[in-house]
Amino acid sequence: MVDAVYGGEVLPVGSRRRNGVGWWGVLCLIATEGSVFVYLLFGYYYFAAQHGAGWLPSTHPSLKLSGPCTIDLVLSSLVIWWAEGGAKKGDRVRHLVGTGVTILMGVLFLVLELWEWSGKTFSAESGSYGSLFFTITGFHMAHVFVGIIMLSVVFAWSAAGFFNPRRHQPVTIAATYWHFVDVVWIAVFSTLYLTPYLW
Amino acid sequence: MTAWESERRPRIVEIDGDYPGARLARMWDTRPGPIGWLSSVDHKEIGKRYIVTAFAFLILGGVEALVMRLQLAGPERRLLTPEQYNQLFTMHGVTMIFLYAGPILTGFSNYLWPLLLGSRDMAFPRLNALSYWIYLAAGLFMYAGFVTGHGPNDGWFNYVPYASIKYDPGVNIDIYAIGLIFLGISTTVGAANFVVTFLRLRAPGMSVNRVPILIWGTLTASVANLLAVPSVSLAMFLLWTDRQFGFHFFDAAKGQPLLWQHLFWMFGHPWVYAIVLPAMGMVSDGLPTFCRRPLVGYTPVALATVGTMALGFGVWVHHMFATGVPSLSLAFFSGASLIITIPSSVVVFAWIATIWNGRPVITTAFLFFSSMIVLFVIGGVSGVMTASTPVDWQLTDTYFVVAHIHYVLIGINVFPVAGGIYYWFPKMTGRLLNERLGRWNFWTMFVGFNVCFLPMHTLGLLGMPRRIYTYAPGLGWGLQNLVVSVGAVLFAIGVLLLLVNIAVSLKRGRRAGANPWDAPTLEWSTPSPPPSYNFAVIPTIASGLPLWEDRLNKGPARSRLTTGMLLDRGRETIGTSALDSEPNLILEMPADSLSPFCLAVAMTIFFVAALFHVWWLVVAGGVLCLASLIAWFWPRRVHADMEAADG
Repeated sequence: MVDAVYGGEVLPVGSRRRNGVGWWGVLCLIATEGSVFVYLLFGYYYFAAQHGAGWLPSTHPSLKLSGPCTIDLVLSSLVIWWAEGGAKKGDRVRHLVGTGVTILMGVLFLVLELWEWSGKTFSAESGSYGSLFFTITGFHMAHVFVGIIMLSVVFAWSAAGFFNPRRHQPVTIAATYWHFVDVVWIAVFSTLYLTPYLW
Repeated sequence: MTAWESERRPRIVEIDGDYPGARLARMWDTRPGPIGWLSSVDHKEIGKRYIVTAFAFLILGGVEALVMRLQLAGPERRLLTPEQYNQLFTMHGVTMIFLYAGPILTGFSNYLWPLLLGSRDMAFPRLNALSYWIYLAAGLFMYAGFVTGHGPNDGWFNYVPYASIKYDPGVNIDIYAIGLIFLGISTTVGAANFVVTFLRLRAPGMSVNRVPILIWGTLTASVANLLAVPSVSLAMFLLWTDRQFGFHFFDAAKGQPLLWQHLFWMFGHPWVYAIVLPAMGMVSDGLPTFCRRPLVGYTPVALATVGTMALGFGVWVHHMFATGVPSLSLAFFSGASLIITIPSSVVVFAWIATIWNGRPVITTAFLFFSSMIVLFVIGGVSGVMTASTPVDWQLTDTYFVVAHIHYVLIGINVFPVAGGIYYWFPKMTGRLLNERLGRWNFWTMFVGFNVCFLPMHTLGLLGMPRRIYTYAPGLGWGLQNLVVSVGAVLFAIGVLLLLVNIAVSLKRGRRAGANPWDAPTLEWSTPSPPPSYNFAVIPTIASGLPLWEDRLNKGPARSRLTTGMLLDRGRETIGTSALDSEPNLILEMPADSLSPFCLAVAMTIFFVAALFHVWWLVVAGGVLCLASLIAWFWPRRVHADMEAADG
């Protein structure tokens, strides 16, 4: 009988943890944003397949700055995970410290990337490789920038006491988005910096 | 009003037939006046706006087509210059494919989804409003170019190198590129809304095997849009950087022109299914009502809907058979395209079996729904023909392909939509459309359509290329082109009769009760038109056809429509688990808000400034968007405070 569908349980009002619709919404956002990068990297591999190894710059992309970038971003994912744990436990200081450190690590990433950009011998206008390199890394940096803004807003809301152990959906959403930005970087980094060494 | 509680046991009440619901109406009604109008987040209001706006674009696109048919009615006619013709056929395609065919189905789905699912609104009501405002703004953006003589002019597919700055130096293509990126945001947020609504807002008991096929159609289209729209948005962005900043993605010298076609069709083919699957769902749900029996093969039809789309992601190269792609690629994509006939045939045979085994009641809606099957089969067969590479090489870029695309898009989109209007107009307005005028409407459209598009097949076989603004006499195309043009006028008169019927029936149509067709699905359990809150109590669902349970009498379970949760402590609806639809959350729904409209305005500023390279205004628009978003997502302090007080 249909009575079995709802047995008179007490139900939470409004979103709690990952139970709200906002959590599912950010998964949709990640799916569609992830697709953007799939198509961008498709473009890169399409050029690579059509032109062969001669299409790449004569010197392989250096890991001197991009390596530390990668380490920085992967570690920041761990830090934001630790911070989110603070929000779940109601430890506001831990959440604020973790989120603050993640924001700084994100800023560090942007600084290193821009430094990396300034040292390039090619430009976006000089050829298709340059166009792709700057567009792909630029798109990713834009996503890091958006992630930093999201984390900063959540930081402010957390400091103002908007969250408690049961109600902190924006914390989870921002952290999830940050993990997504990191995963995208691993794909971008592998494509732009590692695959050339395989040829 | 009672104080806010962080959790509670929803009150179950029984309502009698004429429950006034005044308390719920006070919470859910949109306030009168222009501010209320701009801030409404009611899915029914938004759905109707989508339908009306999409119809306005259909009329614009139709007029553009008629002007082209005047030009092509005979050889060597000089009504239009080549440039005018280019802009006309491009805007016709852009309008029909992006501004009509997708949005009209979004409109129906927006209106119907919560009513079909037993919910009080969509998962993200404000996002829903945003989706509409962006759609309107992006449509006006592209038309602003057209009316000032700078409309896109390289076809809706916008192939490079035609569309590169070298061969098309005006602002035309930049307007199209930016306009389509803008519109893509609307499509994307709308799609996310449908996906989350499906996962979380179905009524208790409405497990995934009990949702109407329309839900499957729109859900499938929405998932596809989330994954496919980024491809065309990205392609348009890359083209814009090529044109404006000297990047090298698509130019022949340093870039890869063919990459454009890949990115465009990786989006384009899934999009074709996105603009037909929800319409096919409308037929799958509407046809059984008039056949007086359930749809034959619900599960295969649902699976075929999803299967068509899954395969649809692997066929894009069949638009590129004549571009010199490797033969292995030709073989693979030709094979994949042929396999798509299997899920399509499953659906067609399910419809035929439903009519065959039913006792059809011939109404105008039934005529539109059933004739769609015929047009779908004709369009499908011409599709199968061009899926074969050697045939495609013969027919590509001829009027045969024009015939195919119109049989598919008018046949599987416009005819179901017309039927859908006859079917759901009483629900939306409380009045029935005139059936007598409806017959004239249907037969004029059906005859006009076939007179217009059937001869295009033979014109294509005779070698008439598409996208030409005129042709020489003596090629043997003149008479058939005249017939095509006459058919186009007839079809247009048919569409006009639909508009006349709507205009007349809005005022003088026969009053419809809650369920004038004696239909089985949940939307017909609400009054016509439904109140702002849809359902006074949340229904509990025991089958896929809740209003036909007694007569079908399959097992003892019955849906409960008059007894259920009365969620009345503000705008509330029930959140349920993703597969089994067990209630697990009382959702607090947002009030009407101006922020979607403001965000759409801020985004318009951003994109217009980008078009004209006014960078400070781009930054200002971006900051405005950000501020709107932060205000939008501002958390409710009451949650944390109340729970702190709870201890």
